[in-house]
Amino acid sequence: MDFELSEDQRLLVDSVQSFVKKDSPIERMRRLRDHEVGWEKSTWKQMAELGWLGVLFPESVGGSQLSFVEVGLIIEQLGTTLVPEPITALVTAGVPLWKLGNAEQHERYLSPALGGDTSLALAYLERDGRFDARQIATRAEKTASGYRLSGSKRWVQNGHAADHLVVSARTSGGPGDSDGVSLFLLDAGQPGLRRTTVKQMDGKKSAMLELEGVEVGAERLLGEPGAALPALELALDYGAAATCTEGAGVMQTVLMMTRNYLTERRQFGVPIGSFQALQHRAVDMFVETELAKSTAILAMLDVEAEDAAVRQRSISIAKAQLAESGGFVVRQGTQLHGGIGVTDEHDVGLYFKRMHVLSTLFGDAHFHTRRFASLPSFTRNVA
Amino acid sequence: MDISFSAEHEAFRQEVRDYITGALPPELARKAEADAEFEHAEVMSWHRILAQKGWAAPHWPKQHGGPGWDAARRFIFSEEIELSGAPRLSPFGLAMVGPLIIQFGSDYQKQRFLPKILAGEEVWCQGYSEPNAGSDLASLQLRAEDRGDHFLLNGQKTWTTYAQYADFIFVLARTNGEAKKKQEGISFILCDMSSEGLTVKPFLTTGGTHAFCETWFENVKVPKEHLVGELNQGWTMAKALLGHERTLVAGIGISSRALLRAKRIARDTMSDGRRLLDDPVIRQEIAALELRLESLKMANFRAIAGAQLGHAPGPESSILKLRGTEIQQACFDLCMKLMGMNSLTWFNEPGTVPDREHWVPSAFNYMRAATIYAGSNEIQKNIIAKLILGLPSA
Ligand SMILES: Cc1cc2nc3c(=O)[nH]c(=O)nc-3n(C[C@H](O)[C@H](O)[C@H](O)COP(=O)(O)OP(=O)(O)OC[C@H]3O[C@@H](n4cnc5c(N)ncnc54)[C@H](O)[C@@H]3O)c2cc1C
Repeated sequence: MDFELSEDQRLLVDSVQSFVKKDSPIERMRRLRDHEVGWEKSTWKQMAELGWLGVLFPESVGGSQLSFVEVGLIIEQLGTTLVPEPITALVTAGVPLWKLGNAEQHERYLSPALGGDTSLALAYLERDGRFDARQIATRAEKTASGYRLSGSKRWVQNGHAADHLVVSARTSGGPGDSDGVSLFLLDAGQPGLRRTTVKQMDGKKSAMLELEGVEVGAERLLGEPGAALPALELALDYGAAATCTEGAGVMQTVLMMTRNYLTERRQFGVPIGSFQALQHRAVDMFVETELAKSTAILAMLDVEAEDAAVRQRSISIAKAQLAESGGFVVRQGTQLHGGIGVTDEHDVGLYFKRMHVLSTLFGDAHFHTRRFASLPSFTRNVA
Repeated sequence: MDISFSAEHEAFRQEVRDYITGALPPELARKAEADAEFEHAEVMSWHRILAQKGWAAPHWPKQHGGPGWDAARRFIFSEEIELSGAPRLSPFGLAMVGPLIIQFGSDYQKQRFLPKILAGEEVWCQGYSEPNAGSDLASLQLRAEDRGDHFLLNGQKTWTTYAQYADFIFVLARTNGEAKKKQEGISFILCDMSSEGLTVKPFLTTGGTHAFCETWFENVKVPKEHLVGELNQGWTMAKALLGHERTLVAGIGISSRALLRAKRIARDTMSDGRRLLDDPVIRQEIAALELRLESLKMANFRAIAGAQLGHAPGPESSILKLRGTEIQQACFDLCMKLMGMNSLTWFNEPGTVPDREHWVPSAFNYMRAATIYAGSNEIQKNIIAKLILGLPSA
């Protein structure tokens, strides 16, 4: 076993840390909360130039194909100041595009995004589906030249700003079936596609989509018809792994912010951090943070496991832990700040909100606990 | 022992329920049905409706316009009001300064202030906390200098809830900086919010609403008649007040209402091709919270029964505050969880999420305050450790 970062990985972490400090402190996220888009193209381009957008993807499409560990390390550091650029959306839309797409699709949709010239979004959630990618009612009917898509998608992360969207739809079967799920590439301006920007609790924007008979050519289909579910579920696990690493950055930040406050804030003539009740609380926050960091490492490593069952098991462990530990840390972080923690002026509330969103995206604790229990590994050795 | 309310009390419950149904204006009833937040003006309009019925101040003595109810009726009333989803009245006049004036105020103060508090014609706010005096309230520094016929106030209060709407503020102010104990130099003073030199700046809360303010005093003049009780006795009076209506702090009705909302959300949300409410794990989770609430309710009944017998509420009421606020928070946590991705919504257009869900994320954020205000839960635990368990101090 080896949990040490390589020299290159350490340099990468350093460079993200210095970016976060210089170019995107928390004030930037605060400012961008009120903007229509919520993130900036110039910064997106800067991130591409720093080589951060392509780390997961092969050189043939413009990436550097390191591993998800590098992606996770970047996202963890970006989480410390809640940097709003849509990297996780790039990963979740980019993975099925990469795995299922052909060279032409790669060149047209993936490479420009890795170069920081466009951004992507993955649209898979529907009203009655909760977090299950199979529970979709959106249909793609075969037409003479391609497909006609009808249905609606909800809470599409970066869906409001993306130039291209990867959208799931049924080419056969009904809600709940594993077969019959297909993925399509849509342009933002595709006729028949209606996007409504919605506001999220964490200050980000996302989109609700209405697909009102969107006509696309066959070249917009990713891979074989009806066979996209494995790649889609893989993408969602990448998304979950990304939230676990971002969550680790959030927790670490709240832990330190709270620790500092306990040291500075005085009541009853002493720093409140001298009260043992609060010391123990801070220690519990520390323990939870360390647990979640540990499982985030598990997620980073196993998201790329060959065996889907191994991957799913590890991701579900990490995602459930994130919800539990992260929830505890931000709640206590708020509590220990007293009244000021409930103001919008104080940063702790921003992390509180983001943590709820991270705990929810790509499956909440209920979803992942259930998935964990449904895997063969759960009942192995139990006759 | 008997754990049921008497037939009389049950009849009273029905009377309250029927009254609320009839008296709540349609627009407010619609909002209550959707569990929406009420504007301050709406709260005050409901206050005035209740006042006409004589029910605005359930715990005031009859001679000052209260209905003369016993503790059980007051509990039932508060539970029914909370359960109905009707606006909750601002406590600062009715539950805080009103009873204090009744107990310690001069005849002038009683005549000048009580009727308007009762009628909902004047709105009050509470000026206790300061930037450096939160849990350690006795360290407060707002100065009130004796200037013959008036006091001159200088300093700052903070977290002053709804100061932006208030006509009056009651403050704890330092009138003797030389006292041996900090607690001994504090007075209880009533101050007109329109006084020259008084400024208010509302904070945005994490719930996205303007609930509390910073309040500054710069050479604010307050007539001497606005000192309540004796000079330098403010601390003792404020403490006496703390025990007041402590049997209601558990917010049983608030949690019951939130649990009902959770069940309705679970009923209306699909997962795996069935209602979330029919998912045994979810059902069990809602049930587990309801069990905790039922236990707290019994503890609350014991406190009420004690109050019926005339026992002053003791530090046991800290149990109600402690567990009650934890459960309130857990109820909103649960609603958020049940909403799934809809729990990300933030002040979007109507129809983005079901009406019942629209306000939940805001309330979920703001609800974190419940374990901080009115004596933080850590402070409540300190009280129990010291006063009930008799543990030694460090
Ligand atoms: C929404 C809201 C509304 C409010 N409305 C009003 C109002 O209308 N009027 C008013 O006067 N005030 C109001 N308050 C203020 C409230 O009473 C204070 O926030 C509270 O007393 C805590 O003080 P503080 O915020 O300074 O936190 P601090 O006292 O600094 O406490 C910070 C943390 O330390 C903990 N702590 C402090 N001392 C100890 C100890 N001895 N042992 C263990 N833990 C300790 C606290 O529990 C808290 O977790 C409001 C507060 C909120 C959040």
